[in-house]
Amino acid sequence: MKQVLEIERLKKGFTLHHLKKDIAAFDEISFNVNAGEFVLIKGANGSGKSTLLRTLYRSYLPQDGIIRFHSSHGPIDLARAADVDISYLRKTEFGFVTQFLVARPRVSAEAIVAEPLLFAGVAADQAILRARKALDTFGVKRDLWPAYPTTFSGGEQQKVNLARALILPQKLLLLDEPTASLDAPARAALVARLSDLKNQGTAMLGVFHHPGDVEQLIDRVINLSPGHYEDENRKDAPI
Amino acid sequence: MSIVLDAPRLVMSRPVLEINNVSKSYGDVHALHDVSARAYPGEVLGIVGESGSGKSTLLRMLNLEETPDQGSYSLDLPEVEGNLFDLDRFARRMLCAKRIGIVYQNPHLGLLMRHSSSGNVAERLLVAGERSFAVLRKKAQTALDASEFPLGRMDAPPIELSGGMQQRVQLAKAIALEPALLLLDEPTTGLDVSVQALVLDTLKRLQQERKITMVIVSHDLGVIRTLADRVMVMRHGEVVETGLADQIFQDPQHSYTQQMVHAKL
Repeated sequence: MKQVLEIERLKKGFTLHHLKKDIAAFDEISFNVNAGEFVLIKGANGSGKSTLLRTLYRSYLPQDGIIRFHSSHGPIDLARAADVDISYLRKTEFGFVTQFLVARPRVSAEAIVAEPLLFAGVAADQAILRARKALDTFGVKRDLWPAYPTTFSGGEQQKVNLARALILPQKLLLLDEPTASLDAPARAALVARLSDLKNQGTAMLGVFHHPGDVEQLIDRVINLSPGHYEDENRKDAPI
Repeated sequence: MSIVLDAPRLVMSRPVLEINNVSKSYGDVHALHDVSARAYPGEVLGIVGESGSGKSTLLRMLNLEETPDQGSYSLDLPEVEGNLFDLDRFARRMLCAKRIGIVYQNPHLGLLMRHSSSGNVAERLLVAGERSFAVLRKKAQTALDASEFPLGRMDAPPIELSGGMQQRVQLAKAIALEPALLLLDEPTTGLDVSVQALVLDTLKRLQQERKITMVIVSHDLGVIRTLADRVMVMRHGEVVETGLADQIFQDPQHSYTQQMVHAKL
């Protein structure tokens, strides 16, 4: 199967200058993710699950190791790539999905959702149509589409966020608890969309507080708990 | 491990703007020391730092208002080549009028306060060689409209307008000629929060629609976070850290950047 991501001996920690202290997050993490594969990251609180996702996305700077991403332009080590390349790949090939929407003043829900399509070169009228469809899928009420999400409830904002984050099929999706606090219909819509993207070949790496939400999608489980680092095949792994 | 400026590249676009090893002293004061930076097409580069860190001096260099003691500056444009600091005064003025737009914190620096707003925008077009009154007015109107300035007030002089409106006139003047580079020096400082949000939104929209490369200087981290793709942190005239905006805010490496990010409300 085609590899999308190869992680070798990845290390991340934080230097807190004001405390004159180094805090280790994880070390020597190695695993691969294939196209169309869904990998669940599990581990106790503080075991570095979210830190791992943020390091792969380069919101956090890795300290050592290799993150080889097989982009459509060729392989690139995300741990060392120039910022401009990371910026470009974030817009075109890999996404980060959280439960939080970064809303901007005076930008409507449908415009926020359409944005990734515009970046990808989709015509404005087409992008808006697809954005509305995505909002509908996640159960955002029609009346809210042209409204500004800054004033929406937490749940509605989260739906707008998911509609935006998943609108463009990508090679790799990093999922940081996207189901937390979603209502059941929206959760079902999310699982359906993820399943769709998985079938189209998107590789996924996710942290879920309730892995049962995405049970049918999981192919492999990686346990990050200290002293328990392991890469388990889904078939033998109790969640 | 550090992410270097010359990391192996995947995207082969050339930087629009490139400055290398720029230093400037005023007497014993080192305003800038060995500053290098790049901005790529359509990118927004944010520059943050406390007062006196050299960020505004750097922006004036980019607008060719000042010449450093050493260092080079180039823009990826067909009409200019080599070090722009070597250009004479006339060539600098023409280049700035045609290809570099600037919005100052203080509108008095960028506008003739008693001339009409449309006249202020048209002045930029006149310098670039446009002579037809009808065309001047039409183009000024288009630029003011793109900056979301109410066209009913286009003949009012800036002195009669609010701070937010004055910034929109500056912005219209800056974008009237489709600049290759837009420089923003604390463009929202001193504006009411609601007006600030409107100006930021206009800038964001312009950036998305026109893909203008921007360099924005601000001490307001919220403004930088909203607009910038990459952030350069300056202190005492030196660059202490450069990175993707989210990385600078979530995983700052330098002790000064950590201090700055932790101090944010």
